[in-house]
Amino acid sequence: MSSPILRLIAQRILLGIVLLLAVSVLIFAGTQILPGDVAQAILGQSATPEALANLREQLGLNDPAWLRYVHWLWGILHGDFGTAQSSGLDIASSIGTRLKNTLFLAACAAIVAVPLAIILGLIAVRYRNGFVDKLISGLALASTSFPEFFIGYVLIFVFAVHWQIFPSISTVDDSTPFLERLQAVVLPATALTLVVLAHMMRMTRAAILNVMQSAYIETAELKGLKAFDIIRKHAFPNAIAPVVNVVMLNLAYLIVGVVVVEVIFVYPGMGQYLVDHVAKRDVPVVQAVGLIFAAVYITLNIVADIGAIVANPRLRHPK
Amino acid sequence: MSDELDYLSRRVAAGKLSRRDFLGRAAALGVAATVANSLLSKAVRAAGPVKGGTLKAGMVGGASTDSLDPALDASQVPFAFGKCWGETLVELAPGGGVEYLIAEEIGASDDAKTWTMKIRKGVQFHNGKEVTPDDVVATLKRHSDEKSKSGALGVLKGIDTIKADGGNVVVTLKDANADLPYLMADYHLIIQPNGGVDKPDAGIGTGPYKVTVNKPGVKHGGERFANYWQADKYGHADQVEIVVVNDPTARMAALQGGQVNMINRVEPKIVDLVKRLPGVTVRAASGRGFYPFNMFCDTAPFDNNDLRMALKLAMDREEMLHKILRGYGSVGNDMPVNKAYPLFSEDIEQRKFDPEKAAAAYKKSGHSGSILLRTSDVAFPGAVDAAQLYQQSCAKAGIKIEIKREPGDGYWTEVWNKQPFSLSYWGGRPTQDQMYSTAYISTADWNDTRFKRPDFDKMVLAARGELDEAKRKKIYRDMGEMMRDEGGLIVPFFNQFVDATGKGVEGWVDNPAQELGNGHALIQCWLQA
Repeated sequence: MSSPILRLIAQRILLGIVLLLAVSVLIFAGTQILPGDVAQAILGQSATPEALANLREQLGLNDPAWLRYVHWLWGILHGDFGTAQSSGLDIASSIGTRLKNTLFLAACAAIVAVPLAIILGLIAVRYRNGFVDKLISGLALASTSFPEFFIGYVLIFVFAVHWQIFPSISTVDDSTPFLERLQAVVLPATALTLVVLAHMMRMTRAAILNVMQSAYIETAELKGLKAFDIIRKHAFPNAIAPVVNVVMLNLAYLIVGVVVVEVIFVYPGMGQYLVDHVAKRDVPVVQAVGLIFAAVYITLNIVADIGAIVANPRLRHPK
Repeated sequence: MSDELDYLSRRVAAGKLSRRDFLGRAAALGVAATVANSLLSKAVRAAGPVKGGTLKAGMVGGASTDSLDPALDASQVPFAFGKCWGETLVELAPGGGVEYLIAEEIGASDDAKTWTMKIRKGVQFHNGKEVTPDDVVATLKRHSDEKSKSGALGVLKGIDTIKADGGNVVVTLKDANADLPYLMADYHLIIQPNGGVDKPDAGIGTGPYKVTVNKPGVKHGGERFANYWQADKYGHADQVEIVVVNDPTARMAALQGGQVNMINRVEPKIVDLVKRLPGVTVRAASGRGFYPFNMFCDTAPFDNNDLRMALKLAMDREEMLHKILRGYGSVGNDMPVNKAYPLFSEDIEQRKFDPEKAAAAYKKSGHSGSILLRTSDVAFPGAVDAAQLYQQSCAKAGIKIEIKREPGDGYWTEVWNKQPFSLSYWGGRPTQDQMYSTAYISTADWNDTRFKRPDFDKMVLAARGELDEAKRKKIYRDMGEMMRDEGGLIVPFFNQFVDATGKGVEGWVDNPAQELGNGHALIQCWLQA
């Protein structure tokens, strides 16, 4: 491997780390300006002033903000996210289970959605501007345009209430066997697939169409290659960079943006965990989850960048 | 009712005739389906509970922030799960009064200041130890400690000393209180081994179910405790499970799809649709919860009783009840108590919507300009619509209301009990004394109407120390009228708890104290095949 490509990759990773630090400051500052206070939020409307004062003291809410930030960052660098203020549970272990669930659901949705989107994109290009292309685009756009909760409810109504073949409640835990787990996530994964499909499909189609204008595609056509072979061998490899980008963006969405689907299907993932703790002003958890989400987002974007760099022959084979 | 029907219903209860066949024969005999159904459930109840199976509830009101420490329970899921694994000294009985659990009996001295609670013998904790008076003392001490975070701290404030005395626990109070037994029914006060001091969230109690699964915000589960002391009464299913389903549509779907046997909080707007679903039974129970419009009696312009009266008269309670709760409630009478409370006088005149009188009172108050009312979705379901309806009924009396919709985030810290005119909710308390002492005496932290009247405070104290029920009832009547005519709250309605059960769930008992039969549904119901 040559040095410019390594240097570029190193640069990207370094940039990612700096970005992550900046995000950590933002997250910390953001949680400080939320209205209300943690003690009140934990104890709710039925809090007495005595109980409030006791809790505030115990939570160390009387320390200055910068000191709390330094303590927090130091802990995280040692893998210690602290304990949740509201339930007193260790954050790292609670997040562990939930993160695994979220990743499992995201993976299931991605395994279906990504190949499906790309294949549909390829087919759409092959029959561009024809009936098949319009049908694929139309259906994909329609499924994306419906809000997630609507798709979720329709799936529940048809498959859980009417036919009763899949459960509407997707509660899983560590002891759930793999097959049962798979059955539990069928509906939420389907909903997610429908939501992210169109974006990836349209991008694949657009990127390949762009390449199809090039002179070498014309050459390939004149050589008498079949339409699909041209797309597969000549057009697609050159359209990979934008496709990887949009795929990564959607993967990130599948991990950090699925709270609505989680709520509807009662799936114990990260989104619900975050929302619960925002509602209770449980700052350590909100910060930890925020940071993990940021890390996922930044990492996937770095992967997309690196993918684009590696896919670029001019960078791979410098003169 | 015909003998034939009676016979048939018993056959169904014994499992020898299907429900469908029964209803068919009943129809042939010319009996309406509703009558036949109620006859059937009576027979089923008489046949006695069926043991076995797994009873599942899908509930709103759980979060990943919940803990098994009963002191911290503040929402429905930990509350209902607490009833599965733990028991308090006494419990609120469905028809009013108390049901004795760990306390066998409770007696007071003549001045209602010293209370002796006889602790039941032979009640076992899940860890095999027997409940002793010391455990009870430690529990009460933990919750009443000044540094405690317990939700019951406020309730226990009046306690002076707690001591074990042989097989009894003796509690002395700073001031007389005839309601002490009711205070002991507070759901936070689950008796734990050594009071739960060593490990508050161990989940070890004396309830009919042992904790097997505890995943806050996701799922809680229990299996039947073999040595439970009144197994004939509670704990019929082999296992119980609570799944947290916060989304109302998902909850309904889970019940319909048979994934859960019961759900809490059916939204009033869909109740009429739910009723028509086969196999689903709506369980609506009137309770003590209400949704007030709070005015600060010490802040202009609400410090003027004529204005307060004008605003009360301009409330169209019937319309509110019909449109906001779809009839699942009862109209309020501008006082924080209703007939679900013991010692309530039902003959206090009901206030009615009267735009003319309201206009006259408004004129007399001398106020002009619009009045700012703050509301939010979190105040209660439909609170924003309620404010708008109120704005319209006020307009009929020539009173101009300006509505400010506040964000739900921080409503309980920034608006409720801070702003002079806002919407709120109260879950109610087991006794009138508790309700009044929590929010309507001068020194109450939550005096959310700033109703500060020394004469009223005196009446509260007098009633509290009065062991003669007739005299007490008279004082409560006077207090109610005072609230109604001079207080700062407008009460459009008291709400009902609307729950629903699926196919085969029997043994349900409504309880005005809380939803899901005061959280007892899981331990009280059984599954009829």
